[in-house]
Amino acid sequence: MTDVQAFRTGDTPLPDIVILTHKLTRDYDMGGEVVRALRGVSLQIRKNEYVAVMGPSGSGKSTLMNLIGCLDTPTAGEYWLNGQKVSALSDDELARIRNKEIGFVFQTFNLLPRANALHNVELPLIYAGLPTKDRRARAARALARVGLADRMDHRPNELSGGQRQRVAIARALVNEPSILLADEPTGNLDSTTSAELMQVFQDLHHQGQTIVMVTHEHDIAAHAARVVTLRDGLVATDQLRAA
Amino acid sequence: MPFLEAVRLALQTIRAQKLKSGFSAIGVFIGVTFLIGAWSIVNGMNRYMTDKFAGTLVGVNTFHLRRRPNVNFNVEDSVWRAWRRRPRIKFADADAVTQGLRMPVVTAWYSEDRGSVEYNGKVAKDITLEGATERYFDIMNLKIADGRAFTPQESKAGTTVVVLGYDLAQKLFPGVNPIGRTVRIHGIPYRVIGVVERQGNLLGISLDKFVVAPALSPIQREVNPPGVVDALIVKANSELEMRDAMDQTEAIMRSRRHLRPRQDDNFVMETSEGVLDFWKKLSRILYVVGPGLVGVALVVGGIVIMNIMLMAVAERTREIGIRKSLGARRRDILRQFLAESAALATVGATLGIGTGIALSLLLKVATPLPAAVSPFSILLGVVVGGGVGIVAGVYPASRASRLDPIAALRQE
Repeated sequence: MTDVQAFRTGDTPLPDIVILTHKLTRDYDMGGEVVRALRGVSLQIRKNEYVAVMGPSGSGKSTLMNLIGCLDTPTAGEYWLNGQKVSALSDDELARIRNKEIGFVFQTFNLLPRANALHNVELPLIYAGLPTKDRRARAARALARVGLADRMDHRPNELSGGQRQRVAIARALVNEPSILLADEPTGNLDSTTSAELMQVFQDLHHQGQTIVMVTHEHDIAAHAARVVTLRDGLVATDQLRAA
Repeated sequence: MPFLEAVRLALQTIRAQKLKSGFSAIGVFIGVTFLIGAWSIVNGMNRYMTDKFAGTLVGVNTFHLRRRPNVNFNVEDSVWRAWRRRPRIKFADADAVTQGLRMPVVTAWYSEDRGSVEYNGKVAKDITLEGATERYFDIMNLKIADGRAFTPQESKAGTTVVVLGYDLAQKLFPGVNPIGRTVRIHGIPYRVIGVVERQGNLLGISLDKFVVAPALSPIQREVNPPGVVDALIVKANSELEMRDAMDQTEAIMRSRRHLRPRQDDNFVMETSEGVLDFWKKLSRILYVVGPGLVGVALVVGGIVIMNIMLMAVAERTREIGIRKSLGARRRDILRQFLAESAALATVGATLGIGTGIALSLLLKVATPLPAAVSPFSILLGVVVGGGVGIVAGVYPASRASRLDPIAALRQE
């Protein structure tokens, strides 16, 4: 366990804690049978940490990911994001949190196929309500940061896998979120491209970005500074690695 | 997402999926085309009937005293037979009415039949032969283009002079001035003294194939038995005076024919209003049936759009998931899909308006059917078309907005 103060119900997290989950549980009702995907996960992640979440399939890492990403709400327990208790928020407020605080990077990239790179990166800014001119400028800057300044008007099917994932990263970062949430980001990439992507993550981490990455590959997890392993809906191990 | 953004996105999607969008817009397109087209025909007919048809056949503030109605639609056999048994209007009747009316009126005798007119070996067939008195031209607003109308003296004396309709003059005298020349009607020579201005046509029938000769001239033999006219035409200065004149005429005629109080009139006084009555009945039906058909087309169009939108939602579940993961709220997704279906319908409606206008212009040019596009129908087309799109889009859009983002993202 990392050396943070133990959290009890009724407390408020310390200011440098970006993510705090307290006895987080999530049950699914599968046709009358209750599946307990998470059975009480308590985690604290500080600003600028680089955390890998590992575990075999069915261990609950996807469920945890969805909860942290505010795509889902817990059955019980608390989730605090940046000092705000998210587990009690409404649908619209969760949408706002996803928009401002969280940048997703998915295994399958999840880019809009009919839109070009620039428009894909613009999307979060549209929902943030930015005027067109600002949006364009910021999206272009984000694409330049991931080295795709000359690919802005290409559609996803005109880009390589690595380039697509970089568009996704540009999109994830364009709203300057508190956390970058990556779900098997190298799952659809070859080893060379994976290594490049890990370098991008490393750079972002050095620039101060908080990253949470779900993976089942040990050599990918090895890039993270901290590895949390889940098993049967509970935290099994939580280790800091030598940077 | 701001409204304009939603509209822009919708138009983008429509442009990206031209074929599918085309199919979904087609229902509304047909509905609106029909709306504009049918409306413009009814509207045109209406204007035509009130302005031209009734005015041409009867005249303003004018009534025709006749044995039976000249303009009639769909009359039963028994009624028709009863009409035929009625006594005709005699010269003496016409004179008695003309002298008996106590308000300032203008009157003319009028009789007609079909026949042929001959000049220099050339024969024009199927010409309306008209026997009339001199004021006929004023009352029916027939302007003389060339030459003159006949004088009261010629009218009284039954001189063999004749005034030609424009088409007839063109036919018999191509490139020649007809004034002063002699035409023959059933062998009898008449001197041409005038040509009437071009009247155009009425529902495709030329109004310019006629001759007018004095009622007392030998033309009487061609159009009626001796001493009989088809109609006494009476024109008053106002509608009110026309009504009075009609009452007085009725009284004069009833007493001349010794009708008892319980007996019906055995003559009619026809006004333009009477002619319009029939049209009003017909147009009332059209105004009910037309919108009904349009409504059916639009409902079908709406269902098509709803179907396409449901398909679009199913197809784009993943897109919805992505948008939600990036911070789209329910109302953003709702607005996106509503804007899309409204835009589809509006595109359909706009094309429909264009086609409808083109169609009615084509009808106007190619057929005798008068068509006039009414601006109100265009407005209605846009509003109804867009409205159909919004109504049809509500259900698919709300389904899209309620999708669970996790399930949506998992969709392949």
